[in-house]
Amino acid sequence: MDQPDKSTRRRRRPARPRFQMRVSTKYAPRKAVDGKPLSCSTETTLNAEQHLDLYRYLKLTRLVEERLVNLYRQTKVVGGVFRSLGQEATAVGTAYALQPHDFITPLIRDLGAVLVKGIRPREIFAQYMAKAWGPSGGKDLNIHFGDMQKGFIGPISHLGDMIPVMTGILLGARMQKKKFVAVAYIGDGGMSTGAFHEGLNFAAVQRLPLIVVAEHNHYAYSTPTSLQTAVRDLAEKAAGYGIPSHIVDGNDVVACYEVTKQAADYARRGGGAVLIEAKTYRRKGHAEHDDQRYVGEGEVEWWEKNNDPLDRYERYLLECNHATKEKLEEIDASVLREIDEDCAWAESSPMPEGEQAAYGVFENNIVPPAFRPKVLEG
Amino acid sequence: MSTAVKKEHKSARPERGGQATLVEAIRQGIWEEMERDPTVFVIGEDVGAYGGAFKVTDGLIDQFGKERVVDTPISEGAIVGAACGAALMGMRPVAEFQFIDFISAGFDLLTNYAAKCRYRWGAGIPAVFRGPCGSGVRSGPFHSLNAEAFFLNTAGLKIVEPSTAYDAKGLIKAAIRDPDPVLFFEHKKLYRLPRLREELPPDDYIVEIGKARVARSGRDLSIITFGAMVLTALDAAEELEKEGLDVEVIDLRTLAPLDKAAILASVKKTSKVILLHEASRTGGIGGEIAALIAEEAFEWLDAPVIRIASIDTPVPYSPPLEDYYLPQIKDVVDAARKLAAY
Repeated sequence: MDQPDKSTRRRRRPARPRFQMRVSTKYAPRKAVDGKPLSCSTETTLNAEQHLDLYRYLKLTRLVEERLVNLYRQTKVVGGVFRSLGQEATAVGTAYALQPHDFITPLIRDLGAVLVKGIRPREIFAQYMAKAWGPSGGKDLNIHFGDMQKGFIGPISHLGDMIPVMTGILLGARMQKKKFVAVAYIGDGGMSTGAFHEGLNFAAVQRLPLIVVAEHNHYAYSTPTSLQTAVRDLAEKAAGYGIPSHIVDGNDVVACYEVTKQAADYARRGGGAVLIEAKTYRRKGHAEHDDQRYVGEGEVEWWEKNNDPLDRYERYLLECNHATKEKLEEIDASVLREIDEDCAWAESSPMPEGEQAAYGVFENNIVPPAFRPKVLEG
Repeated sequence: MSTAVKKEHKSARPERGGQATLVEAIRQGIWEEMERDPTVFVIGEDVGAYGGAFKVTDGLIDQFGKERVVDTPISEGAIVGAACGAALMGMRPVAEFQFIDFISAGFDLLTNYAAKCRYRWGAGIPAVFRGPCGSGVRSGPFHSLNAEAFFLNTAGLKIVEPSTAYDAKGLIKAAIRDPDPVLFFEHKKLYRLPRLREELPPDDYIVEIGKARVARSGRDLSIITFGAMVLTALDAAEELEKEGLDVEVIDLRTLAPLDKAAILASVKKTSKVILLHEASRTGGIGGEIAALIAEEAFEWLDAPVIRIASIDTPVPYSPPLEDYYLPQIKDVVDAARKLAAY
């Protein structure tokens, strides 16, 4: 039998070049110079208004969470409170780089991204307090809801699952000739799931404009990254999908903004999926109840003192004359007012009626609500 | 050595109606829905050029293009997740599992995402998750599953399994138009069974989800079943008829939500019940229906409710083993005789 002539075949179809690792480190964390406290990247396209906007969202995120902790201690929060303390810049900076019609699917520690997408603090408070006026009517907790108009799809607790779901959002959008990009957030822990791999692999194969922001915050509940993965940088994992990646200082909100803007431009141009690893640090435990006994001594304190994203941004704004101390205080006051108002609104909401539990499993015009059956009444 | 293999590529548009087997009926149904509604699309492994492992999607890619007939990696998580995402965007995905056995690899996204989305924030997932199920075709432990019991305890998933070509077409269309996620199980033994070939009407019709069918009307006892076991029940009924027993066969068609009214009506009519299914006995749907009958039709019963199901083992490969595993016509006939004499 004739063998196909491999030499001529090779000539006709040149072999694809071997995939080159494309990890961009332009925005990677830098060591402090001469003991000077860390600030933010000064190379930026942000204008004056945007600079203040970013500050507002950072502050809003932190203060909403602080208010949630207060509510929790007053036993008004029904479940746990999950803080993003120390890593707010990643969520805020990356989400802020998107267009209003772009989509996000955050993780529990990405409240900042949710707020940037236009979800109001009142919705968050009502969700945490399991109130009837919350977007899920008390059926699910915290940021586990969605708002398709705002391009916000809440996560579920199963880490990684939102990557294939977001891939589907983009696949559907492509069929509908809608043009937008999406950011799916994941962490050093969530990247170990099968769903993460399946979703990103499929997005990469389909060249869908999916930007995966991998927040490397050192702990998944109590498990350190060293027990989660053997790679040094999470960004290396991009090579397995044939997509480019970036490493960004996750505590530098300007860098997070710029790197996401670049990734979004690349995705919008049809380049396909991108992975961004944001190096940051989770200063609180998994949730409020977690005593962080697994954290090395002095670690949290070091990050608090030397690498707090809000401190860094404030310093940057003042040093670069993007804002005055007074202006920032003015913003702080307005953020507090909004939180007071929204918290009061949420507290004034009733709890849901118990019977509401029966509704909404299916479209109830087709399948009736799942009411409790009456015993022995036929 | 002759290596010439004729590639038979049946990519023509199926007829609207006409003589059809069960697999052709499903193909017709999907095809017509894709013509009717541009949001309907197909996603799965080898569904494109190859037309699917059982050729359910054969020819769709030529007609509708690869944009609407999406070949995926071997990645059930990606298939289910992407179907959910696209459904949130207002698309109507028809996702294929190459064999229903592989639904386990998409279990998390099905039960946690698809099933709970409407309940959690009012966002329905109008997606169909379909694939070949069932044993009796000598396919061993990984290509023979009946998966319904895995999902019965998950609120938010509808489960459908047709046993006739007419129902298969009407139900797949209803499933595609349904605003909620539907698991659509197709018994692979029935796909090309000549016995099921029938004349389908040329017009657009659906079979409502949630409604059982009286496959055979009778007075003496009821066999409540679905899928390929409907044929086993009908064959048993025919044999029992010779002995003067008038057996009713209820084809559930939809397993979730169950057609309680149809089940109870049959029980009240015959007062003796056999629950027949192909999945293993313990934890199977038969137990659920037995409990329903015990709670709501206790005083109508003249005999214990009998379950006939497969034994509690994986599905074995070798024919004598699989035959022992599966309920046979004889099992049904024997049980019916005992029940009649009770």
